[in-house]
Amino acid sequence: MKILVAVKRVLDYNVKARVKADKSGVDLSNVKMSMNPFDEIAVEEALRISEAGKADEVVAVSLGVSQAQETLRTAMAMGADRGILVESDAELQPLAVAKLLKHVIEKEQPDLVLLGKQAIDDDSNQTGQMLAALMDWPQATFASKVEVGEGKAQVTREIDGGLETIEVTLPAVITTDLRLNEPRYAKLPNIMKAKKKPLDVIPVADTGVDVTPRLEVLEVNEPQARSAGIKVSSVDELVDKLKNEAKVI
Amino acid sequence: MNSTTVAAYEDIREGVRGLCSQFDAAYWRGIDARKAFPEEFVEAMTQAGWLAAMIPEEYGGSGLGLAEASVILEEVNRAGGNSGTVHGQMYNMFTLLRHGSDAQKQRYLPEIAAGRLRLQSMGVTEPTTGTDTTKIKTTAVRDGDSYIVNGQKVWISRIQHSDLMILLARTTPLEQVKRKSEGMSIFIVDLQQAIGNGLSVQPIANMVNHETNELFFDNLKIPAANLIGEEGKGFRYILDGLNAERTLIAAECIGDGRWFIEKARNYASEREVFGRPIGQNQGVQFPIAKAHINVEAADLMRWRACEEYDSGRNAGASANMAKYLAAEASWEAANVCLQTHGGFGFANEYDVERKFRETRLYQVAPISTNLILSYVAEHLLELPRSF
Repeated sequence: MKILVAVKRVLDYNVKARVKADKSGVDLSNVKMSMNPFDEIAVEEALRISEAGKADEVVAVSLGVSQAQETLRTAMAMGADRGILVESDAELQPLAVAKLLKHVIEKEQPDLVLLGKQAIDDDSNQTGQMLAALMDWPQATFASKVEVGEGKAQVTREIDGGLETIEVTLPAVITTDLRLNEPRYAKLPNIMKAKKKPLDVIPVADTGVDVTPRLEVLEVNEPQARSAGIKVSSVDELVDKLKNEAKVI
Repeated sequence: MNSTTVAAYEDIREGVRGLCSQFDAAYWRGIDARKAFPEEFVEAMTQAGWLAAMIPEEYGGSGLGLAEASVILEEVNRAGGNSGTVHGQMYNMFTLLRHGSDAQKQRYLPEIAAGRLRLQSMGVTEPTTGTDTTKIKTTAVRDGDSYIVNGQKVWISRIQHSDLMILLARTTPLEQVKRKSEGMSIFIVDLQQAIGNGLSVQPIANMVNHETNELFFDNLKIPAANLIGEEGKGFRYILDGLNAERTLIAAECIGDGRWFIEKARNYASEREVFGRPIGQNQGVQFPIAKAHINVEAADLMRWRACEEYDSGRNAGASANMAKYLAAEASWEAANVCLQTHGGFGFANEYDVERKFRETRLYQVAPISTNLILSYVAEHLLELPRSF
């Protein structure tokens, strides 16, 4: 069985995002970038499935700028066997990413595709679902447990009301939630090995996929600064303020 | 140079940071309070291959150089940990790699790489001869297929958590050699075998939680096969290893310095007195800024030393100057950090006092600041010799 894992290069979760002066987006110059944490979970899950003897190859794929090769190296240092980058300097929105992934899937023919449920930069939470629709494959989103069987997988999903367990036939798309696993840290020998693992770079133009953005970003703004709270002297005052000022009760 | 250097080692930094994130401040605080050895941390560093970084790939390591080793130790200290528990293996490794025989490498390196053996100790310093190394009194006398060792060593670290030690002893008496730097040799000592059979170990309680000891040799028998390199040339081999050691200590100090600066910056930004953060006062800001400048400047000299060492050039001057600058900078940063924290800096739970004690050591060990100044004055600037 072959597993394809999609990984996205995003602003590191420890970095405080700053909006560009012209409000066109978040400033990504000279800031630390790393793998989307939900995608790390997807890589980890693929590796665990592979280590359990249920898969023989884990292929990491990323879409975007040339530096995303570093993100693929990270996935390979964790244990992925090889990497594929569909290189594009243009902005790639979820639909474009899903179409490009479809292109890669048609070439690679994986039995399972794992993705983070969303990326922490745009929080779209769309790519996995769109990909499943484009492939006409079953999807299991927000996975907190994955058990791969013969030609099918049992997936426990985190839903509003609790947990839901479903079975999907393979090939399928699974998107990973926070509690699925704890990703490993790369060991030094694996970091060194990752430098020598194959990494194919495919120019986006060679895919023939139309990646033109369908959505236009009008303006990006910083969230409003949270103003300081106040101390109330009695429960009565609190109730009064909640009722008459905040109007929440 | 710096921006590319920084980018080149980002994967190593990430890996070490990841590992260190599992050993948080509370872990190190607990180890310090119990005067314990961070066994779990050392084991994790070993298992993840970090302590075998410089062992060539054919022996199961990663074949990296001093630059990478320095980044590994820097990141441990940067994360709030203490590299003093593991750095011995890094600088001892070069001695074995550069001067050991093929048979010695075959025998030890794969075992060290796999984590089955630790090479964490080096026995050079003696109670009566500190930096005046050529006057060491410990002797190794050839007796058939063995050497018989007698004498005493002090401040020998990690003996109780190492399997092997590199030992410097005199094999030709001082009065019989042409130059005082001749006639000394280095050996690999199997500590498990030696302790109780001619080697006794006396731990020294100390200011930082650092496992260090006094060693007494009483007719300790070492197989002649454990001699590293040629007999009589040990001092030269040791000096080469000391340049690596000093560069690595410089990197640890830089890690400490960055930890202190960040800690001071965060506290100065958050702590409010008289209705505003204390960091808004330039009296608080400027010392932090100055300490930061000095840490970053020391970092440049560290890279110069790494480059020289890894390219096989003599790194003596750079390694000593890097260690001097970095130890001064980390101590300044430590002092600024403590001052910024005020009374809270003395509370164990802020970790500042622990790191303050730990980084203070590097003004004294592995070589004191004065002796670096003396080296620079007399050997680099060729001023009249004072000793």
